[in-house]
Amino acid sequence: MSSSRPVLEIRDLSVAYRTPSGDVKAASHVNLSLHKGEVVGLCGESGSGKSTLAYGACRLLRPPAVITGGQVLYSGSRTGTATALDILRAPQRDLRAIRWRDVAIVFQSAMNALNPVLRVRDQILDAMQAHLRLPREEAHEKTAKLLDLVGIPRERLRSYPHELSGGMRQRVMIAMALAADPEVVIMDEPTTALDVVVQRDILAQIVELKEQLGFSVLFITHDMSLLLELADRIAVMYAGQLMELGDSADIKVAPAHPYTQGLLRSFPSLHGARRDLTGIPGSPPDLRDTNPGCPFIPRCEFAVPACAEVDMTLAPVAGSRGIGHVTACPIVTPEMAKVRVPTEGVRS
Amino acid sequence: MSEETSDPTAVAEPVVTGEPAPVVQSVAAARGPLALEAIGLNKDFRLSRTQTLHAVQDVSLSLYKGGVVALVGESGSGKSTVARMLAGQERPTSGSVIFNGKPVDLKSRSAFRAYKSEVQYVFQDPFSSLNPVHDVGYHLSRPVRLHQGRSVEVQREVMALLEQVRLTPAAQFKPKYPHELSGGQRQRVSFARALAAQPSVLLADEPVSMLDVSIRLEMLNLLDDLRKRLSLALLYITHDIASARYFSDEVLVMYAGQVVERGPAEDVTQQPAHPYTQLLIASAPDPDNLGSVLRSGNVAAGAARIGRATSGPAPVGCPFATRCPFVDDKCRAENPALQRITADRAAACWHLDRAAPALATGAIA
Ligand SMILES: Nc1ncnc2c1ncn2[C@@H]1O[C@H](COP(=O)(O)OP(=O)(O)O)[C@@H](O)[C@H]1O
Ligand SMILES: Nc1ncnc2c1ncn2[C@@H]1O[C@H](COP(=O)(O)OP(=O)(O)O)[C@@H](O)[C@H]1O
Ligand code: SF4
Ligand code: SF4
Ligand SMILES: [Mg+2]
Ligand SMILES: [Mg+2]
Repeated sequence: MSSSRPVLEIRDLSVAYRTPSGDVKAASHVNLSLHKGEVVGLCGESGSGKSTLAYGACRLLRPPAVITGGQVLYSGSRTGTATALDILRAPQRDLRAIRWRDVAIVFQSAMNALNPVLRVRDQILDAMQAHLRLPREEAHEKTAKLLDLVGIPRERLRSYPHELSGGMRQRVMIAMALAADPEVVIMDEPTTALDVVVQRDILAQIVELKEQLGFSVLFITHDMSLLLELADRIAVMYAGQLMELGDSADIKVAPAHPYTQGLLRSFPSLHGARRDLTGIPGSPPDLRDTNPGCPFIPRCEFAVPACAEVDMTLAPVAGSRGIGHVTACPIVTPEMAKVRVPTEGVRS
Repeated sequence: MSEETSDPTAVAEPVVTGEPAPVVQSVAAARGPLALEAIGLNKDFRLSRTQTLHAVQDVSLSLYKGGVVALVGESGSGKSTVARMLAGQERPTSGSVIFNGKPVDLKSRSAFRAYKSEVQYVFQDPFSSLNPVHDVGYHLSRPVRLHQGRSVEVQREVMALLEQVRLTPAAQFKPKYPHELSGGQRQRVSFARALAAQPSVLLADEPVSMLDVSIRLEMLNLLDDLRKRLSLALLYITHDIASARYFSDEVLVMYAGQVVERGPAEDVTQQPAHPYTQLLIASAPDPDNLGSVLRSGNVAAGAARIGRATSGPAPVGCPFATRCPFVDDKCRAENPALQRITADRAAACWHLDRAAPALATGAIA
């Protein structure tokens, strides 16, 4: 990626949920940046803290969530100052201006995020006018254009959310997110509930819009196969921490972290030879019990006693050509993944 | 799936059912004897006085012991309606379901119960299919008593079921409540509950769709293992054709209530015949093709918008006509029937010669 300043830079962000039975450390010391025009994929199983990280970075979390440390620096072209703005410390007024206008979010559940009693057109008008305050004519014009852009036929402008299919509702959500010409769009599992054909259609649309309008995307999903096609870079998250980060191509050909390797062995592929599939046996840990060292130990086939002392900072991957390809595992290299003995996959 | 079952020459003898012979012989027949058969199933839903939804049209399929048939299609294509008719939960508008050689007649309660213990339906949602106020033991002991009679040692049977679905140590899982289980563990309880009836047929309706990608495989491996050990005839319903490739013997692709293509899983996924199957496969994420498909924008151009199941009076024409790149007047006027391509493959399309030239000219026959 370019050496210029990132549009959004998450620095050492930690978020916890204060519960009666202790703190749930849903995000711990996460560093992640997003450059102009870039698509960064955030991948991990459910419960790994992806949504917490994204909403935390936008200061959208409510108690019992608390931000226990870090900064989120925003330097969009409209902030107007030479220095970046720290979203976590910005006054409410600045924060309101940034959210939706500069940093927009497409939430996980499209149905719940839309107002059921508002027509599609009015939802988008509302989102737009809250920030842009355009003359009426212009706002209507822009709304119609946005819906065109996301592929919703004009005759659906007057529909209510429940009258639309899941795919169309998701498109409305995307149109709303784009209403104020944001510089950063965060998408939380925007296509998880959709059929593959609709999903592909929407992904292609996101890429096309991104190229036209020049925004950056943080794309959250548990489906690694999607990200390999869609993202420029991929961040792999587990138990509230980043395990690996790198260009999609490097993650694909030289995955360094055993968790990433497991995710890559999890999905059946349609194209090419049938692969050895194993998934990732076991389940993610309870984020209340924080043992020192690597959180992946119980599920890791490479675990050794030293893993309990790993400090979980990201370091360059040994033997990877990728610039910025980093891993939290000091034990395993991409080479070790290649020589692992294939186990029996589905229906072998 | 093994090599020899995808080889058309390895197909077993046709099964005589007294009904018209099917257009193709399922590769799943090589796995074991015929267990459950659907012949020409139709299901209409009256939406209003003038409107009828033809949710399922002329669907035939056969399930064999120890074999897996996948029913693949987008949501609303009629997959669950087919499964509910097979499970006896929905009465077909026309067509018949044949179990162990006899037409299924569920008029009496005892007949329905007997049938239900043979043909079990597992629903996709592991979050709503279990009752939050009951523990795992309760969920399993009820069907054990119901289907296996009061003479069995219920608690021992419950423990055995938990072991079978690998919820171990079983004693630890028995007293747990649904909210204490992960999605994957809940789905295992659903499988165990279905197995309590000691069925010979399992209808698994999107059993992994709601689960994380990383645990789907474990669940499919478990299902596959159960199929093998218990010689279950399995219907695997999914919208994910890639998983059908790995997990099933035969694939049936549904579109708008109809089966538009069927054949050995590897053949259908590697050399799809029907334009809709081709679209499905082109739409699946392709990790081997980093960025290229999306960025070139060619799929955006080819991908269709929303096309819904047919409504109104008897639909005419091919249901895929509104989205098909090969459509012509004949397609709009007449609905193509499934036509044999090879002994174990068929597709419903007037223009296979253009849509899949290699297949139509018999290059692979
Ligand atoms: N309000 C809350 N109170 C306590 N724990 C929570 C709360 N919200 C989320 N968590 C926990 O935080 C962790 C991360 O959740 P989340 O960010 O939603 O993960 P993801 O988006 O990756 O699925 C999970 O273990 C979840 O149970
Ligand atoms: N009881 C019903 N009344 C009316 N329409 C129904 C009913 N059940 C299903 N349908 C309709 O039939 C079609 C097929 O549904 P379904 O079998 O659930 O599809 P799938 O399982 O492939 O998603 C859908 O359009 C659905 O809305
Ligand atoms: S640090 Fe140890 S347990 Fe963690 S991923 Fe590396 S090898 Fe596995
Ligand atoms: S019959 Fe015609 S419209 Fe239907 S799939 Fe074949 S070519 Fe396309
Ligand atoms: Mg989430
Ligand atoms: Mg269904």
